[in-house]
Amino acid sequence: MTRWHLTAVLSVLGLATNCGPKGAGPKGPEAKAYGAALVEVSGGKQVAAIGTTLDQPLVVQVNDAQGGAVAGAAVSFRAGGGATVIPPEGLTGNDGQLTVSVALGGVAGRYQVTAITRDKAGKTIEWRTEEIALGYQQNLGRQLNDRYCSRCHDPESTAERVSNHDNLNAKPHAFTDGAFLNNVSDADLTSIITHGGAALNKSPEMPPYGGTLGKADIEALMAYIRAVADPPYRLKGLVYASN
Amino acid sequence: MDLRRKVAAAWAFLFGDSARAFGTLSLVLVACLAVVPAKDHFREWSRYQTRYLRLIRQRGDAATLQRRFQPGLQQTWLPELGVVDRCTTCHVAMKETSLADVSTQPFRPHPAIPHSLNEFGCVMCHRGQGAATTVEEAHSSTKAWEQPVLPARYFEASCGQCHQNSLTGTPQLNLGRKLLARYGCVSCHALRTAGAARMMPTNEPPPLTHVARKTTREWIYAWLKNPQAYSVSATMPDFKLSDADARDISAFLIDQSTPYQQPDASKSSSAAADAQEGASVYGESFCASCHAVQNAAGLMVGGDVGPELTRIGSKVKPEWLGTWLREPKLYAPHTAMPRYRFSEKQLGLLAGFLEAKTDSDLLANVHLDAATKEQIAHGKALVNERGCASCHELNGIKKPDNFAPDLSVAGSRSLAKIVFAPGVPHTLPDYLAAKIRQPSAFGSALKMPQYNLTPVQVDALVTGLLAQTERAEAIPAVLRVAGTPVLKYDPAGKAGKLMQDMQCFSCHAINGRGGDMAPDLTWEGSAVQRAWLLTFLKNPNTLRPALIRRMPRFNLTDAEAQTLTDYILTAYQTPAFDADSLDSASFTAEDRERGRQLFYSKYACQSCHIVDAQNDKGYVGPTLTEIGAKGTPAWTFHYLKNPQLLRPGNIEPNQSMSDADARALTAFLMAQKKAPAQEAAKK
Ligand code: HEC
Repeated sequence: MTRWHLTAVLSVLGLATNCGPKGAGPKGPEAKAYGAALVEVSGGKQVAAIGTTLDQPLVVQVNDAQGGAVAGAAVSFRAGGGATVIPPEGLTGNDGQLTVSVALGGVAGRYQVTAITRDKAGKTIEWRTEEIALGYQQNLGRQLNDRYCSRCHDPESTAERVSNHDNLNAKPHAFTDGAFLNNVSDADLTSIITHGGAALNKSPEMPPYGGTLGKADIEALMAYIRAVADPPYRLKGLVYASN
Repeated sequence: MDLRRKVAAAWAFLFGDSARAFGTLSLVLVACLAVVPAKDHFREWSRYQTRYLRLIRQRGDAATLQRRFQPGLQQTWLPELGVVDRCTTCHVAMKETSLADVSTQPFRPHPAIPHSLNEFGCVMCHRGQGAATTVEEAHSSTKAWEQPVLPARYFEASCGQCHQNSLTGTPQLNLGRKLLARYGCVSCHALRTAGAARMMPTNEPPPLTHVARKTTREWIYAWLKNPQAYSVSATMPDFKLSDADARDISAFLIDQSTPYQQPDASKSSSAAADAQEGASVYGESFCASCHAVQNAAGLMVGGDVGPELTRIGSKVKPEWLGTWLREPKLYAPHTAMPRYRFSEKQLGLLAGFLEAKTDSDLLANVHLDAATKEQIAHGKALVNERGCASCHELNGIKKPDNFAPDLSVAGSRSLAKIVFAPGVPHTLPDYLAAKIRQPSAFGSALKMPQYNLTPVQVDALVTGLLAQTERAEAIPAVLRVAGTPVLKYDPAGKAGKLMQDMQCFSCHAINGRGGDMAPDLTWEGSAVQRAWLLTFLKNPNTLRPALIRRMPRFNLTDAEAQTLTDYILTAYQTPAFDADSLDSASFTAEDRERGRQLFYSKYACQSCHIVDAQNDKGYVGPTLTEIGAKGTPAWTFHYLKNPQLLRPGNIEPNQSMSDADARALTAFLMAQKKAPAQEAAKK
């Protein structure tokens, strides 16, 4: 009887130690210096397919009260919803910067990434950004946008693609322009993409794509436009659950 | 005694007469039957269903959701696909689009995909154990399970099981497949997609049969030790050779090299060192369309069809370079490099320009003593052992068959048969990624070399491999979407020889063969006017201001340009319309004016094209200031009516134009050319 009890107690103990918080081993590196502010250098607000690692690393910088870079400050990262930051913590380099890569979670949507450092007094300083994960349909829309639309709709030029935005009289909205596009209904957006600007008493500089792209393609473009909107687009007419 | 009496009494009470016995047995039976639903009630999936019912109770469309909810164990059975899925037992809201805002699993509705869930089930794409009824067993991201759920990072692999073609929606899979061919993975590993031929490599590892004529043993040694030191963009992997091994392989490569037919020295022009003029020959020949050079800022400028040229002067011998620029096929019969027909002066300038691209650090520490017989023999043994001949042609060594394991079903590899390196999580994708990233972690005796890949490339390669499953092999043929077949099209005659010389197919596709860097020329004969083509071939000018890669000038003679023009105009005619069906002479000034209005107002073509160089600004599409001298009226008309008919995949929007509009626009466009007087004055 007693022997049986002992085994039970031991196995429960064993389980308990197994289930202890993962990664509770050695803590992150010890801070050698402290800053007063945390700023983004690059890598915020990126868009990528679900589950993948963002193309560009996330780079943050720790500054002192005068805005000078602080080397050796400890920064740790938190990411929600199954996104991961590699490495999750580290010290800033000589330029005051820390570079990490971010892998998105498996569900389409927005992932908050928070960087945290402490000032001399031990007060936490937080900085937050959002990265956008695209599901299949949205990612298809993204590919189509790159091919058919971004020349006119994206005002930024890249080495491979010169923007045509400046050459147009009516200025198209960037698809990230949620302040404007969130207030246009699905039906109206579909209509202008399908029939072009002229058919809707808008500028004919917006060509009709109904003859070039299929219905599924236009739906994909819509899904993409909604996914990258800033501020975020919320479906109308839904009762939002509180989860 | 007492006990026995009690038992007897109880027996009499329960089974004393037949009515009592019947009643008791019925009760026992009812209790037994009740156990089954009760057991179900305590199952995991039942708890999820209860939670789901609680979730939808608060929603506006609760009644509809409730009505559509089906309690109990759910199953999708698709015998021809070998699918038995019970996933929807817990994932109850797969098709409830009104729950789009719900992010708690297992209640999220399935995001939009091009297939019906009923037709394909879940495990076709997600893997996992469809028949299981517990979360752990179904998903099992634990170690031992053979078929855990596929991580989202590699989802596109699932599309690749049926789709062997390249889909717009699967960029990662497309990249992965491209890299498998481009990095020569398939030179050593056989890889067959179900029902298709073996995947062929698309890199062009140079033959090494005459390598001693091209470069020095010192360069070979340095290259073998670290290909990236010479060329950051090198696709040749690092074999992690010891100094002695690199020494012996370089000795063997020089030893096996034979001479090849090089024009005699007297004929070869000497390199002329005029940096400026040399750079301009390099520029106007558009070498940069295919070759990259690293600039001072470390950025690559140029294409990746041919090798990087940043340090070419430290690699090649001047005699070799002269011959190569003159007659590339003498050295490498299958090269994609065109024969440019350079003049002696151009050759000298270009050679001088390239020879000056040196890097004094590259060979500074390479000192090799004369090779011994033993070293050469050892080098040969190493070349055999490392499978060099899988990619490179060598004298006296046969290309090995199946040098490395077949990867045709790499995406279904059994975990039990895999030896994991320490620290690698026990899943197939993690194994593949780790193996590609750093093969040496799996044991120093492995022959797989070290590639220099970005994380994005590694993910893409893993995705490409995960598409190679046993399931893909077993899929009914009707579901399979074949890839674009690689066609063997070889134009005949003199023109065919010229096209081979200039390697048109490196950039242009014709009749299903060739590259996609430049326009498809299959119907080019219907598209352009004779005089324009003749001039263009002799002196290509820029058609698209926004393009970085351009058509080079091949220095064709008049006769050669004639031959090629005649051939293109006769052989590459579309059957879709008659080239003479529309004549520019039939257009009136009125037609042209109406066309102008359509161009600028109704269709706003100027947002992408330039007709009037003073006022128009659009540069998405080609400049049309000379279109009247270039295009045929019939082509222009039909192109306007349906841009994708003649050039599939074209991004020009189909405006569903009426015949009248298309005709008026054609009239306007055909008038866009320099007035003949102006042209004459220029000459
Ligand atoms: C030739 C340039 C051009 C291209 C290419 C183009 N658009 Fe536009 N688009 C415009 C212009 C100009 C407007 C503004 C029309 C107006 O407001 O009068 C516009 C407007 C729109 C609008 C309405 C919202 C807004 O920005 O005013 C949507 C939606 C849209 N375009 C979607 C697309 C999609 C999707 C594609 C690719 C399939 C595309 N466009 C390609 C020029 C272009």
